[in-house]
Amino acid sequence: MNQNSKKKLTKVFASIKTVADKRFKEIKRDDDQNILIGMATCGLASGAIEVKAAFEEAIAERKINAHIMPVGCLGHCYAEPLVLIEKPGFPPILYHNVTPGKARLLVKAFLEEGDPVFEHILGSMEENDIIPSVMEFQRFNQEKRIVMANSGLIDPEDIYHYIAKGGYSALVKALTLKPEKIINEIQESGLRGRGGAGFLTGKKWQLTRDVNEKDKFVICNADEGDPGAYMDRTLLESNPHQIIEGMAINAYAIGAEKAITYIRAEYPLAVKVTKKAIEQAKEIGLLGKGILGTDFNLDIVIFQGSGAFVCGEETALIQSIQGERGMPQPRPPYPSQRGLFGKPTIINNVKTFGSIPPILKKGAQWFRGVGTEKSPGTAIFSVVGNIVHAGLVEIPMGISLRSLIFDICGGIPEQKKFKAVQIGGPSGGCLPEHFLDTPIDFDSLTLAGAMMGSGGMVVMDEDTCMVDVARYFLDFTQKESCGKCTFCRIGTKHLLDILERIITGKGKEGDIELLERLSIDIKEGSLCGLGKTAPNPILTTIRYFRDEYEAHIREKRCPAMMCRALTAYYIDLDRCARGCDACVGSCPTEAIFTTKDRKKGIDQTLCVKCGECMTSCPVEYDAVIKVSPPELAPKIERPEEE
Amino acid sequence: MNDTAEDEEDAMLKDITSMLTYFEKHRGNLIPILQSIQEKHRYLSPLALQMVARHLKVSSCDVYGVATFYNQFRFHPPGEHQIKACLGTACHVRGGDIILENFERKLDIKAGETTPDREFSIDRVACVGCCALAPVAIVDDTVYGHMAPSKVEGLILGFEIEKEREKRKKQSNESK
Repeated sequence: MNQNSKKKLTKVFASIKTVADKRFKEIKRDDDQNILIGMATCGLASGAIEVKAAFEEAIAERKINAHIMPVGCLGHCYAEPLVLIEKPGFPPILYHNVTPGKARLLVKAFLEEGDPVFEHILGSMEENDIIPSVMEFQRFNQEKRIVMANSGLIDPEDIYHYIAKGGYSALVKALTLKPEKIINEIQESGLRGRGGAGFLTGKKWQLTRDVNEKDKFVICNADEGDPGAYMDRTLLESNPHQIIEGMAINAYAIGAEKAITYIRAEYPLAVKVTKKAIEQAKEIGLLGKGILGTDFNLDIVIFQGSGAFVCGEETALIQSIQGERGMPQPRPPYPSQRGLFGKPTIINNVKTFGSIPPILKKGAQWFRGVGTEKSPGTAIFSVVGNIVHAGLVEIPMGISLRSLIFDICGGIPEQKKFKAVQIGGPSGGCLPEHFLDTPIDFDSLTLAGAMMGSGGMVVMDEDTCMVDVARYFLDFTQKESCGKCTFCRIGTKHLLDILERIITGKGKEGDIELLERLSIDIKEGSLCGLGKTAPNPILTTIRYFRDEYEAHIREKRCPAMMCRALTAYYIDLDRCARGCDACVGSCPTEAIFTTKDRKKGIDQTLCVKCGECMTSCPVEYDAVIKVSPPELAPKIERPEEE
Repeated sequence: MNDTAEDEEDAMLKDITSMLTYFEKHRGNLIPILQSIQEKHRYLSPLALQMVARHLKVSSCDVYGVATFYNQFRFHPPGEHQIKACLGTACHVRGGDIILENFERKLDIKAGETTPDREFSIDRVACVGCCALAPVAIVDDTVYGHMAPSKVEGLILGFEIEKEREKRKKQSNESK
């Protein structure tokens, strides 16, 4: 690019930036009061709409001058709905678990009278003398936010917010560079694909650039099908422009003019937000023909994935865009050489695209400074299950599992014991306690028998049955198997049948060995990642929790007391209080009856083992007891009706 | 009764004919077409699939093959209230299957079915991405977190009361 056009480009963008700064200042005036409400899917599910309505009502009622701004997700799902209030004279204060009642209180006490209501504060977002900062919590200070830097702090539906925060400047910089230079920078940064396999992103781009073909495609893979992973959705809902910017840089670097964002149709909000973001970018000339006055053209369209897990696999994804059944194809040729409609195609994960703008802005060396040597940068995990501070966490690679689970996410609730952590979704594995010091990076996790996957992490406490977990994942992969390869199609069904047998107490000697043999055969006989990794949950649980399998098979006992066929509830008559009816009302099947001396008993034939009676029994009695095997429950006869 | 059902189907097919004109006739449009039909009419009827096949000039078994491959598509009309019980990993660990079972028992249908009065249908979904709120159920696009069997009863009771109220309102309007 010559000096003249460079000047023109910077000038065009400078005028957009001025508009953005002005707009952003108007919305977020320093002398104004701002209420930022987290309104991504998690926030909405926790009641953010009601909270927003309560704020609006209270503000109107009290005639207070304040601006309400819906923002994306901060990643702290355990504390939703989260509200950030900015008031002149105070640091920005974050309130957690806000209810409509709290919202009205905050408007009256804080906005009107200037009392920040300390008991509802999570922390302040800046260091100050009045209020403890959130940075004092490990959940905040050990995180390193690169991809999620602006998530939850800007309005995802207003492109000017992102631009005012420095957005799209990486694209401007990219357009002044030669494509080779960009690819070089990405290669030097050592960025590895965040979709799971960890292939070097720069290398993939180089391969596609080298193909001599006029039409090329860029696809953003947001077909996040792993049960337990939702970071891609949150990123698109909270800051779609960073992803779009990454895609645009990619398209420029490889010489593509068409890009597709492939989003699951189950994520309606992400689809809506992304659609709007693309339209806005087009409107101000950041997408479309002649971007920012250069001769670079790019169109991005959205394709909605129809809910097939296997479509996360790149060749299957391509098939589905072409209107076929989403069945994986043999590789090579790799999509980077021959992909969508036979043209060279780059398919990267949402988080990979999200990492591109910061790398270009701050340089490959800076990126290498974060994380480990072989896995530079950050990893985003959705840490869920039996964990105190569930939510999205962005950490530098290399942190140990222990510090992620216990320091950052607060450990296991109710003082229960840690049992295992499941990483990588249905393709990953369960790691027991002695693996907790494993550093989180692509290679160490694979070595331990799990995998990075797309970043779903489910923490399990002592009450989780590992055999049942293995069965759960098999049930999932078996249903999602596309049916192309015999071993995957029929083999996973057999694995599932054997596991079903074990958890219902019908397991036989030799079942464990059979599972192992079949697992290895399936791994070898399958074409795509789904079949190759489907047996992983079984193999890792057998390796680390063999005793649980044995207890199920030999003693017909579930050590974690989770498998319902092998457990029973009964009421301890010595502890049960006369006349208390708490459990009777809670039972969904009317299995609980009153004995002759007005105590309670459970009819085992009607009991569905949901555990509601145990929850509802008042703590002072604590009379409901769970046992395994079920024969341990004493028999209490139902008195005959008079 | 039958007549109205047939009329409804006729109207639907007519509408689909006009919808199809907006789509170019190439194979890549197959899934978007099916999606937009389902979005508007809530399910894909056998005749609708045939019309799509004719429009794209592919065989109807091709269309059927693609439609049945993906979990999103349904081939029977859903209930007035659609219940989706999440069975993602986090929900499973926290007892999602118990929630599903409670819905099934309460409505006396299995997952994937619709009640005879077409009021409710139940589906199982694999992760809606609100894992921190597990177990989760979605009823008519509203996500309910931290579900419990007692909450299931409450939810359904709520709908029944609402229906009863509307019925009474209608009656009192009529009597006026």
